[in-house]
Amino acid sequence: MASDTRPRRPFRNLSAKIASIPMIVTAVCVFLGGTLWTVVYSFTNSKLLPRLNFVGLDQYDRLWSTPRWLVSIENLAIYGVLSLIFSFVIGFLLAALLDQKIRFENTFRTIFLYPFALSFIVTGLVWQWILNPDFGVQNIVRSLGWESFTFNPLYDANLVMYGIVLAGLWQGTGLIMCLMLAGLRGIDEDIWKAARVDGIPTWKTYLYVVIPMLRPVFVTTLVIVMAGIVKLYDLVVAMTSGGPGNASEVPAKYVYEFMFRAQNLGQGFAASTMMLLTVAIIIIPWAYLEFGGRRRG
Amino acid sequence: MADPVAAGRAEPRGTRPRRALSRRNVMLYGVLIVVALYYLLPLYVMVVTSLKGMPEIRLGNIFSPPMEITFEPWVKAWSEACTGLNCDGLSRGFWNSVRITVPSVVLSIAIASVNGYALANWRFRGSEVFFAILIFGAFIPYQVMLYPIVIMLREIGLYGTLSGLVLVHTIFGMPILTLLFRNYFASVPEELFKAARVDGAGFWGIYFKIMLPMSLPIFVVAIILQVTGIWNDFLFGVVYTKPDTYPMTVQLNNIVNSVQGVKEYNVNMAATIITGLVPLVIYFISGKLFVRGIAAGAVKG
Repeated sequence: MASDTRPRRPFRNLSAKIASIPMIVTAVCVFLGGTLWTVVYSFTNSKLLPRLNFVGLDQYDRLWSTPRWLVSIENLAIYGVLSLIFSFVIGFLLAALLDQKIRFENTFRTIFLYPFALSFIVTGLVWQWILNPDFGVQNIVRSLGWESFTFNPLYDANLVMYGIVLAGLWQGTGLIMCLMLAGLRGIDEDIWKAARVDGIPTWKTYLYVVIPMLRPVFVTTLVIVMAGIVKLYDLVVAMTSGGPGNASEVPAKYVYEFMFRAQNLGQGFAASTMMLLTVAIIIIPWAYLEFGGRRRG
Repeated sequence: MADPVAAGRAEPRGTRPRRALSRRNVMLYGVLIVVALYYLLPLYVMVVTSLKGMPEIRLGNIFSPPMEITFEPWVKAWSEACTGLNCDGLSRGFWNSVRITVPSVVLSIAIASVNGYALANWRFRGSEVFFAILIFGAFIPYQVMLYPIVIMLREIGLYGTLSGLVLVHTIFGMPILTLLFRNYFASVPEELFKAARVDGAGFWGIYFKIMLPMSLPIFVVAIILQVTGIWNDFLFGVVYTKPDTYPMTVQLNNIVNSVQGVKEYNVNMAATIITGLVPLVIYFISGKLFVRGIAAGAVKG
């Protein structure tokens, strides 16, 4: 903000330019260069080593006819939709509850947020243990007398993604609560007073006044959460290693397996380019709305 | 946790009706307490399981408190648990993680704070463009950049080493940290900066004498963000290191999810807690600053 009106001279900010070299190198060489490199090589038939032997869209054809990839996409969709809906609803409700000028707010907030400090690996391993059919929840309910009770998501190909969603929600909802709470705190107290004077019930005030006002917070949170969902990897590795069979395979894991295990780089590059495309579809409209429409300093 | 009541909240005015046990309060606190218990449950299960002996675990109930507390699983997890042929426990992964985390945090914060400062106070032609690319870089799935970085590291001879991983963490920490510092330095009153300029201070002079001393809180936020982020990383660890140099999360996963041998659930849970302990301690000590860190990371300025 300081230098908008200063005259431009090439050596004017020399120290600043030198100090920015790491940022420029990272941005251009790694982020931009690395991304372009992967996209270009996704059109080649690289196997063990990257080779510039172009084969057009072959890798993508093969990718979209591989059942394992289709399962990955489907799983990511299930995980994404469920964790978005539930984490937003639960996160917002918790934030709204904490915003009622309650006592011990800090304690509650600390408890709701602490899983977020833990890694996905730790989260995944704990939930793997809790959902363990021989010792965990299923066993306990059975030992209480309900012999036919079945709750064994991690070993059931149809349910395994729901088990992973359960753990993911435990880990991530606190973050959403925190962001929503920050948004709710930013709402002018007078609006609440006005609503109370007009005799509008609290839930209606939330639904018709507060939530529309929080739209920017919702959008930002949505983008962050969605960009995180696409990266889903560690949690699956820790909880199921993609099993049973391929039932909990996700794109990030597919990429890793093909790049570093199956020595099929071209497939890995094509799959990772598809991930990039997914994120781009999420990010570009948002960036356009956020930064394109109204220019701010 | 022991923080004083949040400052800056709107003060309630006038008298409030006091109904400690109204239906609304019972509902409110009831829901909050039930949810809080649910959130605490996994932590409780982890601790309880890690303190039991295997015979007791085989009896069932993971929720029951240990009848006989034993610290043997902790000792075993720390110094004897096996990953493949190595049976020296999690301690190796722990020290690897320390040797990865400390330099990565120092390096990334040093670079990002100077970058943020340059972007906030010393804009030059194109600086915003590079910054925009950097921020987009934060959203690009890492998978896209994994292999080019493997090649880069191989070229400079750092592939599979701890230094290589430090470099990777420094690179990927840069977007969010630069954003954090840029927004912070941009909020410093401009008069201060101008006064220093009039007095003849240059780029580094202002950075070290004025900006650095007054931005301690943001450095603490950055440290919290980076230490937890790097400690919890799994993907980069598994891609850029070898079994000798595996960080703790990777080693933990290998210990717990290894298919050979008898499953020792108590040792597994002890290992899991030990791995989670560093970020948890940081979280509980830092309290409000942790929240500020994630909020700063999440909300653009």
